[in-house]
Amino acid sequence: MSFINYSSREINCKIVYYGPGLCGKTTNLQYVYAKTNPEAKGKMISLATETERTLFFDFLPLSLGEIRGFKTRFHLYTVPGQVFYDASRKLILKGVDGVVFVADSQIERMEANMESIENLRVNLAEQGYDLNKIPYVIQYNKRDLPNIATVDELHRLMNPRNVPEYQAVAPTGVGVFDTLKAVAKLVLTELKKGG
Amino acid sequence: MNSGLVMYEEEFRLIAGICDRLTRDANAKVVFLVDKNGQLIASSGAAQNLDTTSLASLTAGNVAAMGGLAKLIGEKEFPNQFHEGEKESLHMSIVGGRVVLVVIFDAKSSLGLVRLRVKKAGEELAKVFDVLAKKQATPGAQSPFAEITDDDIDNLFSE
Repeated sequence: MSFINYSSREINCKIVYYGPGLCGKTTNLQYVYAKTNPEAKGKMISLATETERTLFFDFLPLSLGEIRGFKTRFHLYTVPGQVFYDASRKLILKGVDGVVFVADSQIERMEANMESIENLRVNLAEQGYDLNKIPYVIQYNKRDLPNIATVDELHRLMNPRNVPEYQAVAPTGVGVFDTLKAVAKLVLTELKKGG
Repeated sequence: MNSGLVMYEEEFRLIAGICDRLTRDANAKVVFLVDKNGQLIASSGAAQNLDTTSLASLTAGNVAAMGGLAKLIGEKEFPNQFHEGEKESLHMSIVGGRVVLVVIFDAKSSLGLVRLRVKKAGEELAKVFDVLAKKQATPGAQSPFAEITDDDIDNLFSE
């Protein structure tokens, strides 16, 4: 749910990175954080377990510049991927403006991907959102690994809505900013329609 | 899609005024107001040394998590929370079901005083947010972004 502030001439939007455990959601945010100018970013917060699995969420505030005199700010969040953190995932989807689904391209993770998309659909619906309507992009991550499914196959399984999709290798940044830009654009386009 | 929060100049001034007064009346160090979704709405007091964006996001996460816990034990929510630190303490209170009023204070104040002042400020703030909600629900209240073009959006991403 965007927040438009006429007083400070700011617009704030919330983007959530969703996906199965260990698919690279946090790595996406870490790359964005590492490659963004200090003046355009705030502090990155990671609420993680001792083994660096996301426990509650990661948070990264980003400024993208101005549109018609309004500063545009994006708040990027990740959810914990592990199945048993479902209660936390639901909370983080509150007020979301756009979703990035980070899929793990490895063949053995296909079931986990599908389960996570279904979980996303259900949790969004609980908040009153429809996965078929909300600004949404898909990232096929880990394209550098050996045992991966083809993009055609991933598309067929995960992208019936035909939303923008990107191949990525998050640790080296391949596809990371393309994904972010795509979802940010969709969110702004939605706002233009009147949100 | 749910419509977002819109803040207008007039209401913002009222809200900032209430927060400033609360800071003084409660002898607080910092007062800030956060949307339940984690957006900072206003802050008052010695906030310049604080990372208010992070504070806002974590406040919302905390309130959401406590709300989840409340539901598990059959409560609607926990409208007030208090966290006591060695030197500084933090009081959070849900206002009008939608925003969270946070007060940070030290030994110069007390929980009793903060509670008392927060209650009054909370009532005043709830009224302002009612007005805002009505304003937003008025037909014809158009998105300020209705007039932006695809080019405007594209320009944001040109390197």
